[in-house]
Amino acid sequence: MTLFAPYRKDPEPVTEHSSPRFESPDSVRKGLASVAYLANEGIAGVVFLAERLGKPVLVEGPAGTGKTQLAKSVAEMTGSRLIRLQCYEGLDESKALYEWNYKKQLLRIQAERVTEAAGETWSDIEEDIFSEPFLMTRPLLEAIRAEEPVVLLIDEVDRVEVETEALLLEILSDYQVSIPELGTVAATQIPLVFLTSNNTRELSEALKRRCLFLHIDYPDLDREKEIVLTRVPGITDSLADQVVRIVRSIRGLDLKKAPSVSETLDWARTLVLLGIQSVDAATATETLNILLKYQTDIDKAAKDLAAPSSQR
Amino acid sequence: MDGTELSLPPGSSAGILESVSGFVKELRNAGIPVSLTENLDAVEALRHVPIEDRDAFKYALAATMVKNNAHWKTFETVFEVYFSLQGRRYQISGDGGSDETEDLLNELVGSPDSDGHGSGEGLTQEQLAEMLLRALMDGNDSMLRAIARTAVTRYAGMEPGRPVGGTYYLYRTLRQLDLESVMAKMLDRAKDANTDQSDLEERLTREEFEHRLDALRREIEAEIRRRLVADRGAEAVAKSVRKPLPEDVDFMHASREELAALRKAITPLTRKLAVRLARKRRHGRKGPLDFRSTVRHSLSYGGVPADPRFRYPRPSKPEIMVVADISGSVAAFARFTLQMVYAISSQFSRVRSFVFIDGIDEVTDYFKGTEDISAAIQRINTEADVIWVDGHSDYGHAFEVFWDKWGRDVNPKTTVLLLGDARNNYHAAQTWVLAEVAKKARHMYWLNPEPRSYWDTGDSIVGQYAAHCDGAFECRNLKQLERFVEHLG
Ligand SMILES: Nc1ncnc2c1ncn2[C@@H]1O[C@H](COP(=O)(O)OP(=O)(O)OP(=O)(O)O)[C@@H](O)[C@H]1O
Ligand SMILES: [Mg+2]
Repeated sequence: MTLFAPYRKDPEPVTEHSSPRFESPDSVRKGLASVAYLANEGIAGVVFLAERLGKPVLVEGPAGTGKTQLAKSVAEMTGSRLIRLQCYEGLDESKALYEWNYKKQLLRIQAERVTEAAGETWSDIEEDIFSEPFLMTRPLLEAIRAEEPVVLLIDEVDRVEVETEALLLEILSDYQVSIPELGTVAATQIPLVFLTSNNTRELSEALKRRCLFLHIDYPDLDREKEIVLTRVPGITDSLADQVVRIVRSIRGLDLKKAPSVSETLDWARTLVLLGIQSVDAATATETLNILLKYQTDIDKAAKDLAAPSSQR
Repeated sequence: MDGTELSLPPGSSAGILESVSGFVKELRNAGIPVSLTENLDAVEALRHVPIEDRDAFKYALAATMVKNNAHWKTFETVFEVYFSLQGRRYQISGDGGSDETEDLLNELVGSPDSDGHGSGEGLTQEQLAEMLLRALMDGNDSMLRAIARTAVTRYAGMEPGRPVGGTYYLYRTLRQLDLESVMAKMLDRAKDANTDQSDLEERLTREEFEHRLDALRREIEAEIRRRLVADRGAEAVAKSVRKPLPEDVDFMHASREELAALRKAITPLTRKLAVRLARKRRHGRKGPLDFRSTVRHSLSYGGVPADPRFRYPRPSKPEIMVVADISGSVAAFARFTLQMVYAISSQFSRVRSFVFIDGIDEVTDYFKGTEDISAAIQRINTEADVIWVDGHSDYGHAFEVFWDKWGRDVNPKTTVLLLGDARNNYHAAQTWVLAEVAKKARHMYWLNPEPRSYWDTGDSIVGQYAAHCDGAFECRNLKQLERFVEHLG
């Protein structure tokens, strides 16, 4: 009985992949721009390589700089299905890979005993409870079983424990999973894999070695302006320009948490909603709470904006 | 060869490969760990990038070999040294390439020939200054690159074979360009162009100009480096520009610039540390089976224990007392240590801090009600009462006062951290204080920012103090400090 479509008795690691999806780093950049993601040369270059080399990308950087969005946008651009594994502390194999539905299994056994159904041997039951209906597929297995192109997003990988990280590494090395009761499942195609990290923990050397590394920092002025123009409907060029320059200025302060791209966008949207054409110091100060999350940061920035000729 | 003989991938020139192996060697020399697999990955990656795409080339190397963002700057410098020239020789375009604007300038100033001599006679110094000013106002990058090149040719006075570092040439070039007065002129012109600029606008304009001037400085630096490489070879130049990675910078000898870099590096580091420790604490995760709770929950499954429950043990938190020497030589060390301890203060039931030079003062309150640890440390430096006689460290006296005033607060839950180089200026050591403290405290540790080989030389008496501690640790850099603090939590 073959439960899994891409089932192979003697699996070989997949190295071949179908014709490349991207022609050049620049075509990646353009493709992403067409789905409203503005990449720089570094981002485009690494995505391009990831596809060519069949290697996962470890994306790191401050909060809200478009790490998660990158995986989503690549999926959208390539018309792939996005499979997301959201990591958290305590995530383990049973939530990441697969799990036998043991409650269902227990109840099934229990039911057996109660009704004392004749003729069924233990081995019948065993075969039954370790079959597809009792299997709960989790994102990693799902990505491997997928026959259509997928993008696998392993989000916030720095939150998992070291043991789970080892599991990820294993899967990202062979793209196959062995389930003792059922056999080995190997991928028919290598998915594009993105792992994001907020760098709250040093990831293992082995995992880092396996991945291409991409650090996404706050975008430079021009790129952030493009992002604002693309993502905020109805904003004028001059307001967008002012917004990103003020944000850059605030990022230059010594803050607990600098404004992220998503906060820049929130701020820009608010200004548009308020019908503001041009930001002055007063408006900026009044709306700082959208840009900054900590009161100490807000106070600091307000003080700084009030002192116009400050030299840093 | 260092055993990493690489096969020649089809489609790339032998020259590139040769440079890559030299490049990797230098990355390792600079302290960046590059494994053999990563090296091979890099070579494999280069097969796929269009060789004339300099950005793609650079990011292919970075993505495969540099897996820590703190190492990026070092990577970039080494990249510049190894591939700026090769770039041209092997037709990796970039650095302006042949750009129309540049051609224009070259026409105006006479073409700077490839070995970096001659040229520039066509323009007077005033004309060049005016072109610079205009290019800066317009943010014309390719023009600025061309001007940077000309400025180096004219003003740096570089001579082949002269054993002078790049900083000297940079200084000479910048002195002639006088960027401060350029800045003033730019601001004037901006004001003339737009008379009713708001204060905010004015400030944003100034910041934009500062960015452009920084970019110009970097371009000049890069141009000087390229010429040095042409003159001396990549290896020699790489060696001369090598700097320690932020985590390895010595607290005691950090330059202003390095201290600024350290301050940046410490925030993500402490954040990581805090998360790691919080996790460790919660990590009694799968404690023993909680039988009663399991049975209670099994009722909803008809008596089947389908939902096993576990106990979560919670160890008690220690209380920390930090006693830090904040005199000149070790001030930076004290600052970073305090910053780190406070960043993870949720790991402790309480943190109290004391700072001294020859007098000692409790500064715990400075950290209360503020999330801004660096501001608190700033205040301590200006307000704490730490000078008794002459402002030279007197550990003995400081410890005596500590014992008198706060000794009774030390208890079996207290961990005491003593920070300093134990250079006591030949005052009385008063080691008995530490003997007493050790008797009452749970643990006591000494952290010393000096290299171990200097301990107990000259007026250092760290050995006498350490004898009463549970351990004395060398904490010269962030890496060592982090390792220690991690064990504390
Ligand atoms: N380069 C970009 N182009 C377009 N939009 C962007 C870009 N970068 C960020 N954004 C916007 O910022 C938002 C936040 O990005 P995202 O959620 O991907 O951040 P993140 O880096 O994953 O943050 P976190 O670390 O908090 O998870 C996105 O939804 C998107 O709207
Ligand atoms: Mg995210």
